[in-house]
Amino acid sequence: MPDATGAATRGMPPIARGARRAGTARRLAGRRSTIAFCLCLPLILLVAGFVIYPAFYAIWLSMLNKKMTAFVGLDNFAFLLKRNTFQLVIFQSCLFAVSAVIFKALLGFIMAHLMHNLSGRSQRIWRGLLLVPWVIPLPLSTLTWWWMFDPSYSAFNWLLNQFGIGSVPWLGVGWIARFCTIAVNVWFGAPFFLIMYLAALKSVPEQLYEAAAIDGANAIQKLIHITLPMMRNIIAITVLFSLIITFADFDIVRILTGGGPQDMTHVFATYAFQVGIQSGDIPLGAADSLFMFPILAVAAFFVLRGVTRRSKEIAA
Amino acid sequence: MSATTITAHGASRMRRTRASTEHRRRSALWGSYVALAAFVVMFLAPPFYTLMTSLKSSEEISAQGASPWMVHQPTLDNFWYLITYPNFQTYYLNTLMITVAVVIISMTIAILSAFSLARMGFWGSQVLSTGVFLTYLVPASLLFLPLFQIIGLLGLINSVWCLAILYPTLAVPFATWIMIGYFSSIPKELDEAALIDGAGYLQMLWKIFIPVAMPGIIAATIFAFTVSWGSFLYPLAYLYTSDQMVLTVGIISDLIRGDVFQWGKIMAACVLASLPPVIIYAFLMDYYVAGLTAGATKG
Repeated sequence: MPDATGAATRGMPPIARGARRAGTARRLAGRRSTIAFCLCLPLILLVAGFVIYPAFYAIWLSMLNKKMTAFVGLDNFAFLLKRNTFQLVIFQSCLFAVSAVIFKALLGFIMAHLMHNLSGRSQRIWRGLLLVPWVIPLPLSTLTWWWMFDPSYSAFNWLLNQFGIGSVPWLGVGWIARFCTIAVNVWFGAPFFLIMYLAALKSVPEQLYEAAAIDGANAIQKLIHITLPMMRNIIAITVLFSLIITFADFDIVRILTGGGPQDMTHVFATYAFQVGIQSGDIPLGAADSLFMFPILAVAAFFVLRGVTRRSKEIAA
Repeated sequence: MSATTITAHGASRMRRTRASTEHRRRSALWGSYVALAAFVVMFLAPPFYTLMTSLKSSEEISAQGASPWMVHQPTLDNFWYLITYPNFQTYYLNTLMITVAVVIISMTIAILSAFSLARMGFWGSQVLSTGVFLTYLVPASLLFLPLFQIIGLLGLINSVWCLAILYPTLAVPFATWIMIGYFSSIPKELDEAALIDGAGYLQMLWKIFIPVAMPGIIAATIFAFTVSWGSFLYPLAYLYTSDQMVLTVGIISDLIRGDVFQWGKIMAACVLASLPPVIIYAFLMDYYVAGLTAGATKG
């Protein structure tokens, strides 16, 4: 910085140079921040108009009656909490998000470890193959899953029958349907964990493993004492981040089961859609989706903390 | 024991241990291959099944007995039907149009604001960058009901163009986040040199930052494309008639009529609709992965 300014003003007499520099600097700084603000204006307008305003509007909406003519306070929330269906929704949302994230993280971690041993070229090929589920738009691949779970032509049942096992009513029985929605989510989301963990594994210094090998550490000890501590932050960020996305998932449940059987697979998003758009009770639907907020806020707080900490580590 | 025997002994032992580690590494590698192959079979079974079904006639699909995983009399009828089906053409065209609009809008907003946030700064810009990141964590399913009212107020219900406004809210925050990272990594000396040469800020952005941060721009563009091509909730909630629909919703509402499932055609439609993302990822995957994992690889 000093070099650059020095070069620019070298031709001027010393005193004038100092005074002029201060003035120009201030003027430049003023102009600079004005331009900077103008460049951000589209972003600010977009976020304010279509994220922040709707978020507050949702709170207001959730306190109106069905026809949106009268203010009813927290009645919608109380009504929902008393409803048996909604209790199922809360349970299924948590079950869906937590178990799906755990399996995604586990599978992603295992695959990343397997791939970490391979050489660059073959690693790229395997990675390309394993990322396919994540590349196909989720609503479209969910359609295929639906077709594979079809009651009369199920491709899975055909395989099971070949091994002498009877057909399974995949989407017809509550707990099996719950399992299916989670399985599809794991199938779709595991590749994301794979690439995040693969990148994180590459950043663990090789010397640590060499030192551990000299000390006679076996593979499991290396995993517990080197890999996991080194990757702790990345694991936390990806898990929390995925928890937010999975918790708010709509596509899979909507297409696969539509919430059935007996409302056992409904999650917050699909239930809000059914109540708000299909039954036309927008305030009740808004109240339903607002139940997501506390959990999302807590997860978001920790993600943000993890990211800030991570960027400080990178800077250091 | 003489010195020579010791060395000979040591050398042979070293050779033996090296051979055994080599052997162990080899078998570990084969183990990895086998396990990965199992994962690939698991992960590619659904896309494979999509492709197989799309090549079947409806007679073959409804014929019980033979393996559903194989196609015996492949036919392109399903694809031909879709390509000549006006509704499907409309969905495809709508999706394409919206995606192009969303990518242009999102990237313009993201690049301008990322440049400002990463390099220029103003009062409150730090808060804004944090806010942008938090916005990314607000899911669509939290906002679609109030947005239904807002879109209604704007008169855009059942107009495909409402998506051109709504998708950027999903794409811009993350795209901005990626771009801030790439712009911050450009050395400060570069823009100082440009300022001394008399370049304005916009010139600096256009002539230096955009070319240098091209990998980041590609990653962010792919992200915007992905959001816009595959989203399901907004079009399902706001679009009703087939002339306004996009692919994800159109396929479901058009090819499933009550209890009649034309699975061959549905699967063919899935194949056709998945083609653009698959092609883009096949060529640009490395950029996208690098953009996503930028935070994970550094440090």
